[in-house]
Amino acid sequence: MNGITLTLRVLHHGEKHLARHLVAVAERHRTEHEVHHVATDLAVWSREHVQRLTDTGHHYGVKLGDPPHPSDSGVLATLREKAADAVGRRPEPGLLLLRDLRELHLGATENSLHWEMLAQAAQAAKDDRLLALVSSCHPQTLRQMRWSNTMIKNISAQILTSL
Amino acid sequence: MDASVDRIAQPWGGRTPYGRHEVWPARVDTHLEEGVAPDDVQRWVRAASILHSDGDAMDIAVVDGRMVGVRGRAQDRVNHGRLGPKDLFGWQANASSGRLTRPLVRRGGRLVETDWATAMDRIVSRSRSLLQEKGPGSIGFYTTGQLFLEEYYTLAVLARAGIGTNHLDGNTRLCTSTAAEALKESFGCDGQPGSYDDIDHADAIALFGHNLAETQPVQWMRVLDRLEGADPPRLVCVDPRPTQVARRATVHLAPRGGTNVALLNALLHEIIRTGRVDHAYVEAHTVGFEELEARVAECTPAWAAGICDVPAARIAEAAEILGSADRLLSTVLQGVYQSHQATAAAVQINNIHLIRGMLGRPGAGVLQMNGQPTAQNTRECGANGDLPGFRNWENDQHVADLAKVWNVDPKQIPHYAPPTHAMQMFRYAEQGSIRMLWVSGTNPAVSLPELSRIRSILSQERLFVVVQDLFLTETAQLADVVLPAATWGEKTGTFTNADRTVHLSDKAVDPPGEARPDLDIFLDYARRMDFRDKDGGPLVHWHDPESAFEAWKRCSAGRPCDYTGLTYGKLRGPSGIQWPCNEDAPDGTERLYTDGISWAHPDRCETYGKDLVTGASDSVVEYRSLNPDGKAMIKAAAYLPPHEEPGAEYPFQLTTGRTIYHFHTRTKTGRVPQLNAAAPDVWVEVSVADADERDLNEGDLVEVATPRGALRGRVRVTDIRPGLLFVPFHYGYWDTPGGKGPDGSTPGRAANETTVTDWDPVSKQPLFKTAAAALTLVERGGGRAAPAPTTTASVPSRSGGVTATAGGPSASVAQSDGAPWHGREEGSR
Repeated sequence: MNGITLTLRVLHHGEKHLARHLVAVAERHRTEHEVHHVATDLAVWSREHVQRLTDTGHHYGVKLGDPPHPSDSGVLATLREKAADAVGRRPEPGLLLLRDLRELHLGATENSLHWEMLAQAAQAAKDDRLLALVSSCHPQTLRQMRWSNTMIKNISAQILTSL
Repeated sequence: MDASVDRIAQPWGGRTPYGRHEVWPARVDTHLEEGVAPDDVQRWVRAASILHSDGDAMDIAVVDGRMVGVRGRAQDRVNHGRLGPKDLFGWQANASSGRLTRPLVRRGGRLVETDWATAMDRIVSRSRSLLQEKGPGSIGFYTTGQLFLEEYYTLAVLARAGIGTNHLDGNTRLCTSTAAEALKESFGCDGQPGSYDDIDHADAIALFGHNLAETQPVQWMRVLDRLEGADPPRLVCVDPRPTQVARRATVHLAPRGGTNVALLNALLHEIIRTGRVDHAYVEAHTVGFEELEARVAECTPAWAAGICDVPAARIAEAAEILGSADRLLSTVLQGVYQSHQATAAAVQINNIHLIRGMLGRPGAGVLQMNGQPTAQNTRECGANGDLPGFRNWENDQHVADLAKVWNVDPKQIPHYAPPTHAMQMFRYAEQGSIRMLWVSGTNPAVSLPELSRIRSILSQERLFVVVQDLFLTETAQLADVVLPAATWGEKTGTFTNADRTVHLSDKAVDPPGEARPDLDIFLDYARRMDFRDKDGGPLVHWHDPESAFEAWKRCSAGRPCDYTGLTYGKLRGPSGIQWPCNEDAPDGTERLYTDGISWAHPDRCETYGKDLVTGASDSVVEYRSLNPDGKAMIKAAAYLPPHEEPGAEYPFQLTTGRTIYHFHTRTKTGRVPQLNAAAPDVWVEVSVADADERDLNEGDLVEVATPRGALRGRVRVTDIRPGLLFVPFHYGYWDTPGGKGPDGSTPGRAANETTVTDWDPVSKQPLFKTAAAALTLVERGGGRAAPAPTTTASVPSRSGGVTATAGGPSASVAQSDGAPWHGREEGSR
């Protein structure tokens, strides 16, 4: 396994993880309506990234899995939603929300760094296929980072000063 | 042309055709109460309408200290003497029974009458204890789009610098925040580029999600008069309903709900593909064209047709009109702003104008409209989630400048995050971090989405709710303190319409009982709270409308919305005046951006922009690198499917909206006999195909249900697009047995029982147009008709058995040729 296939694998794992985590956060914070809806939309991007990484992997002889199905978490998702509704009137979930947004931000940042590494390798290897993949996916990862950062900025003052 | 017209049966009155580039002929509409002749009127008092965002100029007729009618003002450049049905009849609500005349406080669970001192003392002591125990973040203010500029400014100062809270927004969040955000995203700053006068000069007018005929009837009269004159404009209408606009359009596109971005991307694709781009303009005044070109490259009409369910050929025809127009005017309203991807779509409309160079010339303009009449003032004054004077909360210089105007420490003005938007304020109240919510002039228990949730938030024991209004609204019934307010005609102040025209509205009569102008209430609160500036002087140092206006002028100086050239005296002159009005432009400014883009420079812009999909903020560094010279920004956006789509359980799309005979939550218009009779109750519009398939007929009682709740209304079968239901919004409960909400005796009636809690991540405007719903028959109509008008978009597809909407003698309005102008207020006879 060379460095490029290694990075593809790591990114595939990272994007898959982020897609799952975005969906989980959307469910857990269903009463935070903007987080719920936007996180759901952003999970679609990561799922697309996973699919494209899988497709690209074929060309390098790497077998990567398909993206997670949007609603494959079944019972757990329902539990998370019920829990969100049950504690929707309490302030403590605010802290949980901040923690979740921080984790999303860090996950997206990690992916971003791996896209960066892949871009560098692609350029050095003069691999246009890889470069095209990175230039279409990496900007969306950056937007995922910016979104989680913005949400943290917008709500942390209220949550942290009201406890 | 003196005529008497039933203006319920004919909402737009008679025609005065005129040709392109001509002056719209005046026509003066007058309605006086029965038995009062024009000669009986003792005083005509200057005012303008606050029942929509036109700001139609009018005079109030007064006899013996009582309002007896209104008359349009011929010399005003907004309406040239015309008035819409709501203007003509709406004033009667001021004198209707049920006005609040004394403050109320909650004692033992019930609201009981009290005096002002007791009511204010409760508010002040709660404010003080919350400030001490929980800090300024525990207090929020939710205001309206119907107060006056002086009132919003005073509220903004006392909330942002007095209390020091970041939680101040208006219900303009529901109507105009996308307009403001779209202008900021494209031009770096709020401010309407165009003018209503562009209607006189355009050869193509495109109305995007804008039922002009019903929301701004006077400007629709203007379009109708152009259509009957020489060289009429071609109309493009984007609306899923068969509105009067759609009926007169050259091309009508009725897209599936929530697909505006797909449609607009296809229109942009066609304009670019056919080589209709003004490259010189793009080069000189914009950045970002290449990104747009790449983004829409694949967005063919055929692609959009599949998403929008509109024939590709129609899209191409519409693009042909937009692309070949010599002067293009676009107008935009709630069909875009309250729908999925609101800001992204509104920005694409700006993009059409930017790539075609259609700005800053007569007839070439964009009108990103307002739904509420004085929404523009909440935006200017910073009562809507912006800082006053279109200052950028992320720019320390702007904040320092504002702090200087107010003579406070910059730290006293919260600017660590964007001012909290209304939906987030309700979330904070739900979570318990906001403990006091002061609601002025708005009725969230009817107007916000998912009403059962809103009612439960407002009913919480731990939340102290203050409501300031004219009537005991559904919201007021849930309050802890209710303050009786004076309204239009009972107080003096200025307000600004959607095309930046400032009007002065004078006091004509006394308010009932102990009701007070909103300004007096805010001033009283500021005094009792003893807010101070950094030198120990009073923070709010003005004492009446005119001194408040003068204070605002200082705040607006040098800003885009510069009022420094205006005075009350000047506004009592012949006509309204458009800001900016200052030394350089003493008569006001008809159109912005006549010489290129002026407020987008990184040091001057109101915002550094947001991601059109996620709402994430861009940083100043990014802004500077993308737009160092402060040009207009062409921002592309990809289409995303709506968040709630029809399925097996909820097979319909549900859209809601305003109609011509009622205004928001009907607290006034529901009390006006002519308006109420024309549309007395909620109804449900169903397409012919869907009605046939489900064997539904005119007048059948149905239930419309979504995962949030349900309402019941009678069916009107119309030519609305199949798969879509329409319910007029803002029918509430004050005139039902339930009083403040549905109960055992009162089924759901308000559209917002059903709408989803979701908002545009960029503008934070709630979505009222894209819920998925189920439809079930409750009982047969048995020959009854739906309480829906026949004159408007709700015209029945099959007219059999439905009586035409008419007002009879009490709706009679005199229409005369431009009456001679009598100068200033005529005074006592």
